[in-house]
Amino acid sequence: MTLTVVLGCATALLALAVLAVTIGRRPAATRLVYGASFVVAAVSLTAATAHLLGAGPAIGLTLPIGLPWLGAHWRLDALAAFFLVVVDLGAVAASLFALGYGEHETAPERVLPFYPAFLAGMTLVVLADDAFTFLVSWEFMSLTSWALVMSHHRLPENVRAGYVYLVMASFGTLALLLAFGLLAGPDGRYAFEQMRAAHPSAALGALALMLALVGAGSKAGLVPLHVWLPLAHPAAPSHVSALMSGVMTKVAVYGFVRIAFELVGTPAWWWSIVVLAFAGVTTVMGVLYALMQHDLKRLLAYHTVENIGIIFIGLGLALAFEAHGMIFAAALALTAALLHVFNHSLFKSLLFFGAGAVLTATGERDMEHLGGLIHRMPQTAFVFLVGCAAISALPPLNGFVSEWLTFQAILLSPQLPSWGLKLLIPAVGALLALSAALAAACFVKAFGVTFLGRPRTPAAETATETDSFSLAAMFLLAALCLVAGTLPGLFIDALAPVTTALVGGHMPAQSGDQWLSIVPLAASRSSYDGLLVFLFMVLSGTLAAFAIHRLASDRLRRAPAWDCGYPDASPATQYSAMSFAQPIRRVFGTVVFRAREHGDMPPPGDTRPARLTVELRDLVWDVLYAPLAAGIGIAAERLNRLQFLTIRQFLTLVFCTLVILLLVLAIWS
Amino acid sequence: MIVDLAVQGAQMLLVLLLAPLFTGFVRKVKARLLRRQGPPLIQPYRDLARLMRKEVVLANSASWLFRVIPYLIFAATWVAASLVPTFRIGLLFSWSADLIAIIALLGSGRFFLALAGLDVGTSFGGIGASREVMIASLAEPAMIMIVFTLALIAGSTQLSTMVAFMASPQVGLRVSLGLALIALVMVAIAENGRIPVDNPATHLELTMVHEAMVLEYSGRHLALIELAASLKLVLYVSVIACLFAPWGLRPADTGAAALAVGVAAYVGKLAIGGFLLALFETSIAKMRVFRVPEFLGAALMLGLLATLLRFVSGSF
Repeated sequence: MTLTVVLGCATALLALAVLAVTIGRRPAATRLVYGASFVVAAVSLTAATAHLLGAGPAIGLTLPIGLPWLGAHWRLDALAAFFLVVVDLGAVAASLFALGYGEHETAPERVLPFYPAFLAGMTLVVLADDAFTFLVSWEFMSLTSWALVMSHHRLPENVRAGYVYLVMASFGTLALLLAFGLLAGPDGRYAFEQMRAAHPSAALGALALMLALVGAGSKAGLVPLHVWLPLAHPAAPSHVSALMSGVMTKVAVYGFVRIAFELVGTPAWWWSIVVLAFAGVTTVMGVLYALMQHDLKRLLAYHTVENIGIIFIGLGLALAFEAHGMIFAAALALTAALLHVFNHSLFKSLLFFGAGAVLTATGERDMEHLGGLIHRMPQTAFVFLVGCAAISALPPLNGFVSEWLTFQAILLSPQLPSWGLKLLIPAVGALLALSAALAAACFVKAFGVTFLGRPRTPAAETATETDSFSLAAMFLLAALCLVAGTLPGLFIDALAPVTTALVGGHMPAQSGDQWLSIVPLAASRSSYDGLLVFLFMVLSGTLAAFAIHRLASDRLRRAPAWDCGYPDASPATQYSAMSFAQPIRRVFGTVVFRAREHGDMPPPGDTRPARLTVELRDLVWDVLYAPLAAGIGIAAERLNRLQFLTIRQFLTLVFCTLVILLLVLAIWS
Repeated sequence: MIVDLAVQGAQMLLVLLLAPLFTGFVRKVKARLLRRQGPPLIQPYRDLARLMRKEVVLANSASWLFRVIPYLIFAATWVAASLVPTFRIGLLFSWSADLIAIIALLGSGRFFLALAGLDVGTSFGGIGASREVMIASLAEPAMIMIVFTLALIAGSTQLSTMVAFMASPQVGLRVSLGLALIALVMVAIAENGRIPVDNPATHLELTMVHEAMVLEYSGRHLALIELAASLKLVLYVSVIACLFAPWGLRPADTGAAALAVGVAAYVGKLAIGGFLLALFETSIAKMRVFRVPEFLGAALMLGLLATLLRFVSGSF
């Protein structure tokens, strides 16, 4: 029943997409499409939440579409239900936001048809239960999101973003295709049911896992496969950016979890080393990239890379624990990762909505042209601040809970017997701690430069508060961030069926603990109570405010800024995004980005302005992609000659190929 | 339960009341070491009282956030400080936040303080904020590594349990503990903006970090931020004292007389800590801002090394 409802919702979204093609240019179409998407996603969200909380059994359904001998298998189990909740919650919020934001779209007919189709694609990936359906849905999701990235197709940077995205998406799907091919085996066991029943050999499983890591990792944004992400996510309209960053990357995580924890069988201990190494590097590189940006949406996109790293750290730990039979620890690590999936989908969507609101109000994405928006957009500023605090893992908000759980999982890992992990995990822990601190720096910069200070341009000076639909969506997500941060026990308990299905165990039930605290293992070992911390902070803050205002003084006078006696009227003298990041760039960037500063100081008497330019190199692109692209270019150039052969040469070529193939076959057998 | 609540309340008040005194004590000792008379011990109280009674002069470009932040910082620091065992372990609410959460609470305070530095839109606020986050980006991971080491030794991140373990004879002398102590002292110096990382008494603008961020604050707002800074200093000294010198800390079920001994021991430990801090500060020069990453990088490496040792073998 539930499965039928959610599949029906996906079908309704597809029908809506078809409808949007025909009515896309009408003025009322925006309201209609986003309103209908909102309703459908809300229905689907209710059904998925009910299934997850009810911890019902998995439901399967086979439809006679797709490959004739296979059909399309669909299945709604605990894992799918959880990720469906993430997808639908993001969809509900994005549709609500777009009810207001979509009105500003210049070419709605390029966005409206693809938006519901994209939502349907993500839903179908999560529900698919055979390799063929999964890959078709996956490609559908990629292509619809590509179309949305290209909705403002006249900007040259968007064209490049779309091209890189398309290449990387094809590459990722190729890796997944090969992974499923290996798992399906020569007799074509494409249904996940058959893959679960079959136990692939260790080498085969390892190869499939690595391919899944590459395939899903490229969609999720693991370094070094992340290059498309910071180009494509900001290029789309903001509500789509929010979905791509907050939700689609999670669908990729789903793909990895499904394959790594279910389809490839029991993990070997060394798999986790590969996952953890990639994850650790991703975490720190992602946040360092983000710190160097001054385009608000690109900063957010790079920061997604960091959070994907945190999620994969949790997944890697879970794999390591599972391989060594430490079921409880595996459940803890997996819960931490999945909770971070949920949390990140909340605050990243919120932040992209905020960036969208700023974009509509000022027409600017570049933080160097913003500033002082807190005075003119106070409500947007407030919710954006909540998002910034949540993503910086500050208690009592939700980002802290999942990072805290990840730290607790790391603290269980000295019991692991293998030496590689013993040496790697402390380093990964240090990288995680480093990235948490850098994330706080990154969001001080993002909020401080955009919303605080004095306006740097007339556009920022004349901004007005955004519309009420957008505000409603942002307040909804901000409230959820607080709820998930103060009552994490409820969310952890909801994840119990998921971890039970995947690693065979779950964290102890949290809802019975005193004052709704969370206790992963035992109260004497570690516990955290977001609600109490929140209450204490509110109480002591109010108490201090009340006491001081009552007993001491509540007088206040406005005056010019002090600034050590030399306030400068020009807003250009404020710290900018570039200058704010300068100390960190100097500490980390000289190694990671080969950052160089060139100062151009005119001699005395010369009236031209002094200039400081900063040169940053993206080593991943320069070392990995540029040579690869050049190599492909050269190879294509060489192979191009094959197109201009005479008929005799062609026949010789075919003959030689045939002989070689037969020889290979003869030697093989 | 009532007793526990009273002890928890007493602890909250104790740290709040002692914090300015401690700051005054460090100042006094520093002055005496420099052969100056120095301000009286109670000078910080007088300063706070005067600041609180004065009117606030708010910059024209300051936003509502600028006015909320002092209360936020004070609340976060006070909550964190009241969860660190000072004279008795097993505080009523100690389970609500473990050491990682306490550090994260202090991180919240710093996050908002850095935002306050950017709010008015002056260049000094920005310089302070950007340097502060740079220092924090190394100090925080170092601190987490220290927590890892201690947690792996004590088998818990809960401060009460850790302290109980450190006070027991099981703990012994360990290499990783020594490394953690050195790293913790380095982090504490950096986090509290003491010499050689930052100078709390400086009035030379270009060398300021903490003082640059709070430059635009006045009146009660400044008083709260100063109080929070004193609280943070006491918190770090308390953490070091309760983990590495757990003597005199009373277990949960002791009477009033024993608790008085506990308080006396705590005050004594604070005095020793303050004296050592003043001695250290007078005997060393402040370093350039870009030497700080090397200093903190060393702390981070020590923490990582200690954690690695714990991972490799339980006997280190």
